[in-house]
Amino acid sequence: MAEVEFDQASRIYTAGAKPAVNRLDLEIEDGEFVVLVGPSGSGKSTALRMLAGLEEIDGGQIRIGGRNMVGVPSRDRDIAMVFQNYALYPNKTVGENMAFPLKMRGVPKEERASKVRAAAEILGLSEYLDRKPRALSGGQRQRVAMGRAIVREPQVFLMDEPLSNLDAKMRVSTRTEIAAMQRRLGVTTVYVTHDQVEAMTMGDRVALLKDGELQQFATPAELYDQPANAFVAGFIGSPAMNLFTLPVSEQGVRMGSSELALPRSLRSRISDAGLSTVQLGIRPEQWTVGADGNGSGVKAQVDVVEELGSDAFLYAHLDDGEQTPVVVRTSGRSGARRGDQIALTPTSEDLHLFDPSTGERV
Amino acid sequence: MAAPTAERAPAARTEELAPAKKGKVGSSLLTVLAWIVGIGFFFPILWMVLTAFKQEADAYTSPPKLFFTPTLEQFRTVFDAGIGPYLLNSLFATVVSTILVLALATPAAFAVSLRPVKKVQDVLFFFISTKMLPVVAAIVPIYVVVNNVGMLDNIWTLIILYTAMNLPIAVWMMRSFFQEVPKELLEAASMDGASLARSLREVVLPVISPGMAATALICVIFAWNEFFFAVNLTAARAATVPVFLVGFITSEGLYFAKLCAAATLAALPVVIAGWIAQNKLVQGLSFGAVK
Ligand SMILES: Nc1ncnc2c1ncn2[C@@H]1O[C@H](COP(=O)(O)OP(=O)(O)OP(=O)(O)O)[C@@H](O)[C@H]1O
Ligand SMILES: [Mg+2]
Repeated sequence: MAEVEFDQASRIYTAGAKPAVNRLDLEIEDGEFVVLVGPSGSGKSTALRMLAGLEEIDGGQIRIGGRNMVGVPSRDRDIAMVFQNYALYPNKTVGENMAFPLKMRGVPKEERASKVRAAAEILGLSEYLDRKPRALSGGQRQRVAMGRAIVREPQVFLMDEPLSNLDAKMRVSTRTEIAAMQRRLGVTTVYVTHDQVEAMTMGDRVALLKDGELQQFATPAELYDQPANAFVAGFIGSPAMNLFTLPVSEQGVRMGSSELALPRSLRSRISDAGLSTVQLGIRPEQWTVGADGNGSGVKAQVDVVEELGSDAFLYAHLDDGEQTPVVVRTSGRSGARRGDQIALTPTSEDLHLFDPSTGERV
Repeated sequence: MAAPTAERAPAARTEELAPAKKGKVGSSLLTVLAWIVGIGFFFPILWMVLTAFKQEADAYTSPPKLFFTPTLEQFRTVFDAGIGPYLLNSLFATVVSTILVLALATPAAFAVSLRPVKKVQDVLFFFISTKMLPVVAAIVPIYVVVNNVGMLDNIWTLIILYTAMNLPIAVWMMRSFFQEVPKELLEAASMDGASLARSLREVVLPVISPGMAATALICVIFAWNEFFFAVNLTAARAATVPVFLVGFITSEGLYFAKLCAAATLAALPVVIAGWIAQNKLVQGLSFGAVK
């Protein structure tokens, strides 16, 4: 077990092009579960593969347990990786697959067998040890790949979208199993996904990447409550946060024809930053819905109602002349229907403010 | 669980039936075509084998006699003529050259597929370009060189030439098999602590072994059947079976049945090799589809 540090680590695939990973700084503590998340092409896999020794480190350092890994081949890094397509050895049985890393490290045969049996027990693979991978279901293959990683008790686990080949239900249950197993083994883990729900539910901390740049590295709650910039705000949370770019007014901001009053604390943050327009972020649950006509609030018209049972999402557009879309969460069976006129008021003081030119949090 | 399956089953069946009907006509046509082509290829071989069991006189009748008293006389003649040393030469040249080809082509193919070197396309073109010159055009310089180093009528000359001749094809074939190997397998092996040599041996080779069998069989067939180098560069000591076969073609007298008997004997080892490799071969040639 060990801590992992990315220190200004960069990867440049083609000279002159934009780095796939640009000066990445991450300090991952011993035993921590860190998720790398971001849209497609943001450099998550590249960052993970740099740590794995499968990609060169073109700049900066990556350290595992304080040791610089630049120039150290994969096999000497004492890490284990679960690949998206599992990469099981097709000609070896499940047992041989799981024993392979032990065999390569010269572990005696009996010890190998007992470790494989123990791991198979945990993963529910005991009856499949003599099968070839091709005779297994997707979920079983996934577990064999996990097994091959855990038998060895490595310093660090790496996982690149290990759940993406499973169906939705399996994904949810396996997600919990992986998180639980990681907590029990206490092995430092770096996990790549493009799914923000996976990131939020599994990670001790989440690193959000975009275009090879780290946007924010924080706990899931912090990422949700205090997004560092408008991109993070829009990426985390489902449905996404409502983001409006609005002119600043006396009491708050102007939203179409009406004025949205903001609490004093927010107003002072805007004036401190000296902004004349501001990007305002309001999460779907940060609205209260009133009937149209009582004067206060922003007027909107409901387009679609998504009834989820426990709560409902209203997809509406504002009466601001530009039909700006807005998403609102209400309690279930609110009775709202398509075409309804509603008045929206932000409930909370914790609205999000961003500088529209830089996207940075104000 | 039961309800949805029961509901879905009829729909699925009608969906499957419609294209199956259309496909049936097409597939039976294809079957007929396959048989015609198959028989077309097989007939000359059948004729050869049948003729090998005839008397010389019977071999020349037109139309060919289908019913005759079979005899082993022709085979006896062939053995009396001393096919033994020729068979041994052929066997030695074929086996050794094939082993050499595989030993050289496997790392070369690895280098141009899983770990591509720079200018891969040029390298590959160079390999295949060596097959573009007709052998006839190369035989004079080759003869001069072989003569000067004093290796005429030497089986090792043939081994070197057969290795060179099959190497480009083998590299190309092996490359296509290597390309089917997911690169994550090698990455996983290296992460599991295997050296490159170890992961090649333990992980990659088992995966591509059908492809290796297919490649080996092609090399065996080409080397076994090679005639031009053998007839020009060997004499009494190093001559191979194809050279021996030609010895039966005489300007006078009847030789059809004898020639067929010798040819049947010559074809036998290849058929046996093919039969042994059959399982692996089918897997190898349909490698992509299976994966
Ligand atoms: N071998 C390569 N050669 C050149 N560019 C590459 C290579 N691999 C990745 N890239 C580029 O690097 C950037 C980051 O790719 P990466 O695979 O790390 O993204 P990702 O975040 O894992 O995306 P995804 O969610 O789609 O897997 C992309 O712009 C990609 O085009
Ligand atoms: Mg990726």
